[in-house]
Amino acid sequence: MSAGSNPGAQLHAAVEDAIALHAGRPGGLMPLLHAIQERLGYVPPQVLPRIAEALNITRADVHGVVTFYHDFRTSPPGRHVVKLCRAEACQSMGAEALAQHAQLRLGTEFHHTSKSGITLEPVYCLGDCACSPAMMIDGRLYGRVTPERFDRLLQSMEQP
Amino acid sequence: MTVTLYVPRDAAALSVGAEEVAQAITHAAATHGEQISVVRNGSRGLLWLEPLIEVATPAGRIAYGSVAPEDVPGLFAAGFLRGGAHARLLGPTEEIPYLKRQERLTFARVGITDPISTADYEAHGGWRGLRNALALSGADIVEAVIQSGLRGRGGAAFPAGIKWRTVLNTTGTIKYVVCNADEGDSGTFSDRMIMEGDPFVLIEGMTISALAVGAEQGYVYLRSEYPDAERVFEAAIAAAHQAGYLGDDILGSGRTFHLELRRGAGAYICGEETAMLESLEGKRGMVRFKPPLPAIEGLFGKPTVINNVITFASVPIILDKGAKYYADYGMGRSRGTLPFQLAGNIKHGGLVEKAFGITLRELLYDYGGGSASGRPIRAVQVGGPLGAYLPESQFDTPLDYEAFAAIGGMVGHGGVVVFDDTVDMAQMARYAMEFCAIESCGKCTPCRIGSTRGVEVIDRVRQGERREANIELLRDLCETMLHGSLCALGGMTPFPVRSALDHFPEDFGVPGKAAKAA
Repeated sequence: MSAGSNPGAQLHAAVEDAIALHAGRPGGLMPLLHAIQERLGYVPPQVLPRIAEALNITRADVHGVVTFYHDFRTSPPGRHVVKLCRAEACQSMGAEALAQHAQLRLGTEFHHTSKSGITLEPVYCLGDCACSPAMMIDGRLYGRVTPERFDRLLQSMEQP
Repeated sequence: MTVTLYVPRDAAALSVGAEEVAQAITHAAATHGEQISVVRNGSRGLLWLEPLIEVATPAGRIAYGSVAPEDVPGLFAAGFLRGGAHARLLGPTEEIPYLKRQERLTFARVGITDPISTADYEAHGGWRGLRNALALSGADIVEAVIQSGLRGRGGAAFPAGIKWRTVLNTTGTIKYVVCNADEGDSGTFSDRMIMEGDPFVLIEGMTISALAVGAEQGYVYLRSEYPDAERVFEAAIAAAHQAGYLGDDILGSGRTFHLELRRGAGAYICGEETAMLESLEGKRGMVRFKPPLPAIEGLFGKPTVINNVITFASVPIILDKGAKYYADYGMGRSRGTLPFQLAGNIKHGGLVEKAFGITLRELLYDYGGGSASGRPIRAVQVGGPLGAYLPESQFDTPLDYEAFAAIGGMVGHGGVVVFDDTVDMAQMARYAMEFCAIESCGKCTPCRIGSTRGVEVIDRVRQGERREANIELLRDLCETMLHGSLCALGGMTPFPVRSALDHFPEDFGVPGKAAKAA
């Protein structure tokens, strides 16, 4: 049986692979957490003791880092993650109206996941400030996002 | 004959469909039996015209702007591979006034070369600064950077050469060079454009810095919001290593420099240099007390040069063409050029590299063409979320570090965010406090608590609750944050708040004074 079919084994492999790659690097905790989140979509709280042990730091240290940074999640996200920019440049081009539209359309608020499995998160600048408003879907950047463009992108995401 | 085409891989271009355009072109070329070679270049910085594609013709590069995949069949029909006329035709790229009137030193190659070809970089003047530096002593390199007048482009504008000299003069055997690529300010994207469009210039600049101070290990701390920049930069590091520009024996000199990219995790505060060092060490991004200066005790407690992307990227040309060449640009104590970024509600948003001294008005109207909405420009925020909001009466201020400081503003990282007359400045002031509350590292009280209280007080003002008294309280709070915060986040959040109060009092329900009298 492959590790892919067993969530426990999958989790174990993700953590051990990340430790093998990054635990020995100077300041390796950040790349290690990124590696786990890339594989699993989040950093499960139950793996923190193992990370702490591998890096010879306390669980509190690891917990502190995981909870400090906006990127790290401690529970699984939806099927897709939408990050909507709410910073000044995007605001000047209607990002607040877009944010209202997105929440209404998804039937959920920021930091939550819609029934259709789409997680909505705020982000403060994607560096696309001359093509505002901007958003990111699963790591891909979109500029000049109108409510209509948002709806079109959402439609393709909501297809199973 | 094979025709060379350029379709940007810059994130902004990709965000408006450059990838789809590239695919449509490749597909159509196959259908038409045309031999083409597509170079995925950086962006020329005319971002309102993205996707902007170029065709290499005997008469030079010809640009077509705002190209959508649907335009591609028509472009082929119009013979665009030979520069044929079409509604999207802009003419020779270099003749576009927006570009032609710029003074591109740091951005000399961006949009022109293949970003991850070391040979293309060399063919366009790359690596010359590094070769010169290899023949110089550390002290001579530092002296050249001091003489150039180059100041930190990340915002603080501290003379880069002086910082390098401090690190050079430390006695440690282990030193680091760290590049701050945590470009978190809204309205800024020049770091991203360099890393995606000409990554070798950053690698070369950091390597020169390492040679100057005697460091053998460097890190680039890149924000996680820039996955495209990460891909390009990782490829560039590998290519530079492969070609012998990085590694244990740089160009056969026996000198060593290794470079590694590290990804942030969505914390604005990690753009503050000591918080960034904490993060690089694998900790929470908490601001450190200074002293000790990072130049004395920085990363892992070792002497560390920290500069921003544009600062390092401006070094190769100084070592190539000489300190005087660079210092001949600019005004006063602001020497050289700054890549300004026109953003927000602006018709012609993009990157404008000019010598210091250009006025805000020139940037906004001569380059920017006014607002995108066509409405009057009411307020402009220069220098990111911690920069002041400037009213029209201040648009003639020259962009110079000292001139901006004199009006309570800052040039910062050169980001210019434009708002039209529909903006509610009380809302923007509230947002400044809210952003500080979200992003505060929590170490000092004025920032951690003050920002949340600031949001509450502004809410009361906006609701008309004891307005005069609450405005006084807000100003008092700003004073406390300004003087009592540990770093620029809490210490400068008052700038946008106070400037909004000073210049746009009517938005807070207070009758305008100077503004109304006019």
